[in-house]
This record gives sequence, C-alpha cells and structure tokens, in this order.
Amino acid sequence: MIPEILQFGDTGFGDELVVGALITVEIAIYSLAIGLALGLAAAGAKLSRSPILRGIAEVYSLLIRGIPELLIILLVYYSGGAAIEALLKLFGHDGGFDFNKRLAGSLALGLIFGAFASEVFRGAFMAVPKGQIEAALAVGMTRRQVFLRIRFPQMMRFALPGLGNLWMVLLKDTSLVSVIALDELMRETSVAAEATQRPFVFYLAATVIYLLLTVVSDIFRARLERHANRGVAGGERLRRPRRPLQRAA
Amino acid sequence: MAGHPAAPPPPALVAEDIHKSFGALEVLKGVSLSAAVGQVIAIIGSSGSGKSTFLRCINFLEVPDRGRIALDGEEIQVRTDRAGRLTGVDRRQIVRLRSQLGMVFQSFNLWAHMTVLQNIVEGPVQVLKRSKAAAREEAMALLEKVGLEDKHDTYPAQLSGGQQQRVAIARALAMQPKVLLFDEPTSSLDPELVGEVLRVMQDLAGEGRTMIVVTHEMGFAREVSDRTIFLHRGRIEEEGPPADLFGAPKSERLQQFLSSQM
Repeated sequence: MIPEILQFGDTGFGDELVVGALITVEIAIYSLAIGLALGLAAAGAKLSRSPILRGIAEVYSLLIRGIPELLIILLVYYSGGAAIEALLKLFGHDGGFDFNKRLAGSLALGLIFGAFASEVFRGAFMAVPKGQIEAALAVGMTRRQVFLRIRFPQMMRFALPGLGNLWMVLLKDTSLVSVIALDELMRETSVAAEATQRPFVFYLAATVIYLLLTVVSDIFRARLERHANRGVAGGERLRRPRRPLQRAA
Repeated sequence: MAGHPAAPPPPALVAEDIHKSFGALEVLKGVSLSAAVGQVIAIIGSSGSGKSTFLRCINFLEVPDRGRIALDGEEIQVRTDRAGRLTGVDRRQIVRLRSQLGMVFQSFNLWAHMTVLQNIVEGPVQVLKRSKAAAREEAMALLEKVGLEDKHDTYPAQLSGGQQQRVAIARALAMQPKVLLFDEPTSSLDPELVGEVLRVMQDLAGEGRTMIVVTHEMGFAREVSDRTIFLHRGRIEEEGPPADLFGAPKSERLQQFLSSQM
C-alpha cells in the first residue's frame, strides 16, 4: 500500500522522514522553551520602569520583526559559532568549535518566537483586572506573591490563544532551518525527493506529517486553554453548582 | 459601643491629616479619623468627595502625600522627601499593615481563577502561613456565617453580585483583621441584592467589629454606624453621631446632600 520509496529500511526513505520529523519536533520544543523565556523577560523589560530595559526590549522586538526569518537563522548560525569560539578562546580553549546546528536553529527560532511572544505576554499582563491585583495587595501579599499566585495564572488565560498561534508559526518555521543543513523534516524530504526524482510523493508525505503535528498541537492547545479558562465564562470545566443559581431575573 | 467609650484603649485605627493629590487635583485636603475598637464609622458624601481615596490611603493602595496612619498603636513609618511627600515607605511594614486591615471592594474583586473556598484560604495560607487544613476549616465556618457554605466549590463567575460580595467579606474576615474597610460595598449591586450584603455587615457590626464603611446607603449609615463623617471636596464638612447628622444637619452642604439622597 505504501510505495516502496516511503517504506522503512535501506530501499525506502520512510525512516529518514520519521527521524527528520522527530528533529523538527525537537527543534520546535527547544525554540519554544527559549522563546517563552525570552518573551517573558522581554515583556517584563517592556513593562519595567527602567528606560534602559524598555529600550533594549523594544530594539530586540524591532530587529527581529524587521529581519526575514531566513536571514536571522543564517546570521545566528554564522555569528553564533564565531561568538562561541571567541568566548572559548577567552577562557583559554584553543581550536575550533563546531557550533551545534540544532542549538543554532533553536536559538534563531527562539529569538523570533520571543520577540512576538513578548507582545502577547505584555497584553496578557495588562489584561488581568486591576481590582484583582489590588485585592491581593490588600490581603497583604508581597509583589512576588501577587505575581505568582494571582497575575501569572490569569495571564496564561489571556496569553494562550496568542501563544498557540505563535507555536503554529514556529512549527512551520522549523522548515527554514534546513538552510543550515540541519537534517529536519524539510531537508530530509528534499534530499529524498532529489534522490528518487519523485518530488511530489515526498512533498505530499511531508505535508501530511506537518499537518499531523499541527493537529496534535491543536488538541494540546485546546486542553491547556480549557484549564486556563476554568472558572470563567467559556471555560468548559466549570463545575455545575449543586443548586440552580438564585440570580435575579 | 456608643460614641463615648469610658476608658479609651489605644484606638484601633488613626488616620491623621491625610493629603492626596492626583496631578493638579487635590482630592484629600487633610482628612482625619480615629476609630475606637468596635466602632463603626460611616463615611458619606457625593461622588468626587474623596471618600474612596481616603479609604484607599488607609491601607496604602494609594500612597498619601502627607499624613500619618496608626493601626492598633503601631505607626506606619513614612518618610518624606525634599518636596515633603511620603517616600521610601518600608514595604514590609505596609504588607503587614494590609494583612491586618480587611478590605471589601465595590466590585468584589474575587480572584476569577480560584473557587470560592480557594479565594478565602489564599490569604491565610500565603500571607499568614496557616496550614491548609486549618484555613479550610475556618473558611467553611465563615462561608456558613455569610450563608454560602454550599457554594464553596463554585467559581466567582457563577455567583450573583450579592453572593460574590458576601464571599469577598468572608475572604476579608479570614485574615482576622483588626479593622474592616468597606469601599461602597453595595454600589455595584442590583437593588434587590443590596439587602443580603447589608445584613451580613450589620451582623459584623453587632459582633463588635471595628469597621470603616464608605457608603451610599444612608439607611445603613444612620442605623448601624456609631459615627458618621460627611466628606465634601476632600474635607470633613461635618461629623458626629448619625442621629445628629441625619436628624439635624448643621452644614448647608450636608442638608443639600441629604435632600438629594431622598
């Protein structure tokens, strides 16, 4: 049923595609981790009182949003390697350093994700009703407690839809890191397409795999959103009150 | 609990000469108040008179520009900068002050991501470091007191305004505060829900709680408060026993205000 060229083993490229897909997922998850951390930090900087921090965060956003993704990947790959090499030399390590392609790819995609996520986080931060923050201060919570117990859990409710979108974009942007010869799904696919001279079969196979990843992500996203929306209109996990509400008509 | 305590212990709360401006707008022009233990003080006045701002200055949700606040004899350390404004306030002391002042807001401000029970135990567990089991037990007792024990597992959005406000009162009580501050607790409620909240507040007053209540409910101020303060444009225009203020208002502005409320 499956054409031979898509099968596993020496004759087919099936296993290569699966390994490529796993690397794609791996890169996406690393990028997500880096991007969420950068995004939160940049959002914090944008909301801070320090003009220097605000400036740094704004420049970061502006640069990332202004440069094509492909170029960012190349820049990070070529400059990142040199930067690490220079750093190593500083600490007395001589000799080259093979800048890990996965690290470079994840870093580049993480930088991109973070720049857009910082806006999502900033909006979510401000969307938490001020009254609830005041109520937390009024019971004597410290600023740290207010953030961890009240602001952050509710921020997630406002941030998740935006972050979900960014994740979808990120998942697809991983195909761009094939330019640095990283053997993720896209590169494996084009290698196979060229080797067999059957491009359509392989690009179709890749399409199916990308769609599959998207569908699985979407299921996760929906679950997370349901959890974040608990207690709020639209959250499906609202527990039913035992007696009907005595709400006035 | 009348207006004349015999041998006065230190007042539960003193606010003295509180000033606050927002930009060029001077909202409070030196307002003072002293509440004896168990006293209920009602603050009335038209909107814009500064009554909510005054209440918010007491627990430093707004930092007063000038003045002094003492809770149960403990004065809040406030330093003034060259311009004479309060600054460099000791944050830990303010946090402690707030934990001893219960605040009930006009718009309830329950935490939307927490159930009723979680809302009530949050402060005792996080701030007072009580054990969860003990806090939960007390919370259930408080819910029973405000008549909502069957709602412990629901989220605020599922409750009516009156129910939410009663939960908010239970949340404030859970901190075992020395003084309760109410900021127009019934102003955003549908008229038919006002009564249930006022009844709970009346019970609290009857228990001998010290309460400062900013309110538009003239009936409540008149019947429940030991002393009523009428604020007008950031100053105390008239204060005294409610019978005097409502029965024989001296100030012309109070007369006008009261007739506009009828």
